[in-house]
Amino acid sequence: MRALLLRDLALAVRAGGGFGLGLSFFLIVTVLVPFAVGPDTGTLAPIAPGVLWIGALLACLLSLDRILALDWEDGSLDLLATAPLPLEGIVTVKALAHWITTGLPLVAAAPALGVLLSLPGPGYLWLFVSLLLGTPALSVIGTFGAALVVGLKRGGLLMSLLVLPLYVPTLIFGAEVARRGAEGLDVQTPLLMLAGISTGSLALLPFAAAAVLRVNLR
Amino acid sequence: MLTLDSVSVTRGGVPVLDDVSLALGRGQAVVLRGPNGSGKTTLLRTVAGLQPPAAGRIEGAERVAYAGHADGLKASLSAAENLRFWVSAFGTHDILPALAAFDLEALADRRAGEMSAGQKRRLGLARMLVTGRPVWVLDEPTVSLDTTSVGLFAKAVSDHLEKGGAALIATHIDLGLPDTRTLDVTPYRARPRAAAADEAFL
Amino acid sequence: MSLWEYANPVKFIRLADRMLPPVAVLALLCLVVGLVWGFFFTPDDYRQGSTVKIIYLHVPSALMAINAWLMMLVASLIWIIRRHHVSALAARAAAPVGATMTVIALATGAIWGQPMWGTWWAWDPRLTSFLILFLFYLGYMALWEAIESDDTAADLTAILCLVGSVFAILSRYAVNFWNQGLHQGASLSMDAEENVADVFWLPLLVCMAGFVLLFLALVLLRTQTEIRARRTRALIARERAA
Repeated sequence: MRALLLRDLALAVRAGGGFGLGLSFFLIVTVLVPFAVGPDTGTLAPIAPGVLWIGALLACLLSLDRILALDWEDGSLDLLATAPLPLEGIVTVKALAHWITTGLPLVAAAPALGVLLSLPGPGYLWLFVSLLLGTPALSVIGTFGAALVVGLKRGGLLMSLLVLPLYVPTLIFGAEVARRGAEGLDVQTPLLMLAGISTGSLALLPFAAAAVLRVNLR
Repeated sequence: MLTLDSVSVTRGGVPVLDDVSLALGRGQAVVLRGPNGSGKTTLLRTVAGLQPPAAGRIEGAERVAYAGHADGLKASLSAAENLRFWVSAFGTHDILPALAAFDLEALADRRAGEMSAGQKRRLGLARMLVTGRPVWVLDEPTVSLDTTSVGLFAKAVSDHLEKGGAALIATHIDLGLPDTRTLDVTPYRARPRAAAADEAFL
Repeated sequence: MSLWEYANPVKFIRLADRMLPPVAVLALLCLVVGLVWGFFFTPDDYRQGSTVKIIYLHVPSALMAINAWLMMLVASLIWIIRRHHVSALAARAAAPVGATMTVIALATGAIWGQPMWGTWWAWDPRLTSFLILFLFYLGYMALWEAIESDDTAADLTAILCLVGSVFAILSRYAVNFWNQGLHQGASLSMDAEENVADVFWLPLLVCMAGFVLLFLALVLLRTQTEIRARRTRALIARERAA
């Protein structure tokens, strides 16, 4: 298991796409928003938490098809499935690797990008916390989506169609935590719901993803 | 070590082989033959546990190490790193004998992406040694290997058999292995009928 | 004699053949009676005027939009547990019908909302949930279309349906939390005080029965078509193999 995680991380670092691409995408989306809505602080500040959440979510989505498709193409998925590792464990590790290479950099970068969008002072902590809690759910749900379309050529667009509706609850509660935090309101309820969604997906979705992968492998 | 008891296999829901029985003991090798599309690959994938048999029983599937058409190598990792990953996945120890058996020592630090097709294949086959599993299930292992490499491979298999292993190999080349039986899958071809999944609809 | 006998495609087709005409006629009858009664023989609402009458399309289609998904969920579970092909095909057949019902509910809602709330669309929790439900229908249908192997597609869509159901419910609560809306509470709850008056209630009941029957007829017809298409493919495959 640990070896698989280390291998996936090494691959992500060496292929260059892992850390860099999602992060650059996040940066560009954030930079584009003021061009579209205007540079006025009064306009940017209220939408900053939502924009940052959308940006992080899309950056996450962008890299999902790398989770399983590469291993599928070069045959390692077959070999992994015959190795003495449970498939549920394999997909969990894959999701974890995706989170470390994509989700974690986004979480770290989000406060810096908050400055660009004039995020109000108390918002930084809650933006950070909400992304830290929410991005694991995005990775796990995304891994399930990637497992669904792994056997398909050009499955990327279909995967977006399948995964984005599943992202709705995470986005709502995550952005709500960030927004309330920025406005200095009580964040407890959405924070608990967000944590619940993350832990729930983490506990249950690997089983669904592994079942889907078994169907696709046969 | 490996027993197939009246196994039927399907490809994409269509039956391809019926009623295949086979017993593989210590030190034995079976070579599968048959024309393209006769179901050798499907049978091997079933034996490896990647898909369930449509009928019959397979015993000893947990002892199987499988190598298919694709080598499952990561282009950006070196040969040694590729093997070391499988060492930890299978919980074995050493990659050196595997490298030596396929004459890969000099290439240990080369990235798999920079290797030739034959070198990659050798690396893919070296993976079988590090799995530590007794039953090798190999699908066309000699593709893109030159004569010398085929010799290396044949030696690796016979060493494995000598140590009490077993092998089930789909190949068209005579490997010159001792105690080898040949199983032609053509007689087992499933009689023409609709896909198993579709039978309910007829 | 058990219910599972109809899991046999041939028997199901025979059953559907026998059931379709009466169900279709009954559906038409209920719809005509319910809609005519509702549109022309009920009084205008004292606050909402005649706009209230769109309720006879809006509520039944919204009801079926959700029930169609529920039916797909049950059918998917039956497929996963008992592997009856008819069940998987019925789930596939129900999806476009459910999606259409969702669109009808959204469209009639917009048309009703315009004079009532002064806007075609509001990010009201109920409206939003239906929009999300529609997205789930789209994804489900797209996955069916994308996969060639019938059994693989059935397996994957069934699991997507299960996971999707959980997330659809989560979305419902999330959306509720996110925006307390304009939408009136359930018109049909059992609390007598909240209920619409009997004059509206009876024709509405007939309309709902009509929509249920219409849904049943469409799903029977579409399942039958799916079975026949599958049978044709199986026969062609057999011819080719022989």
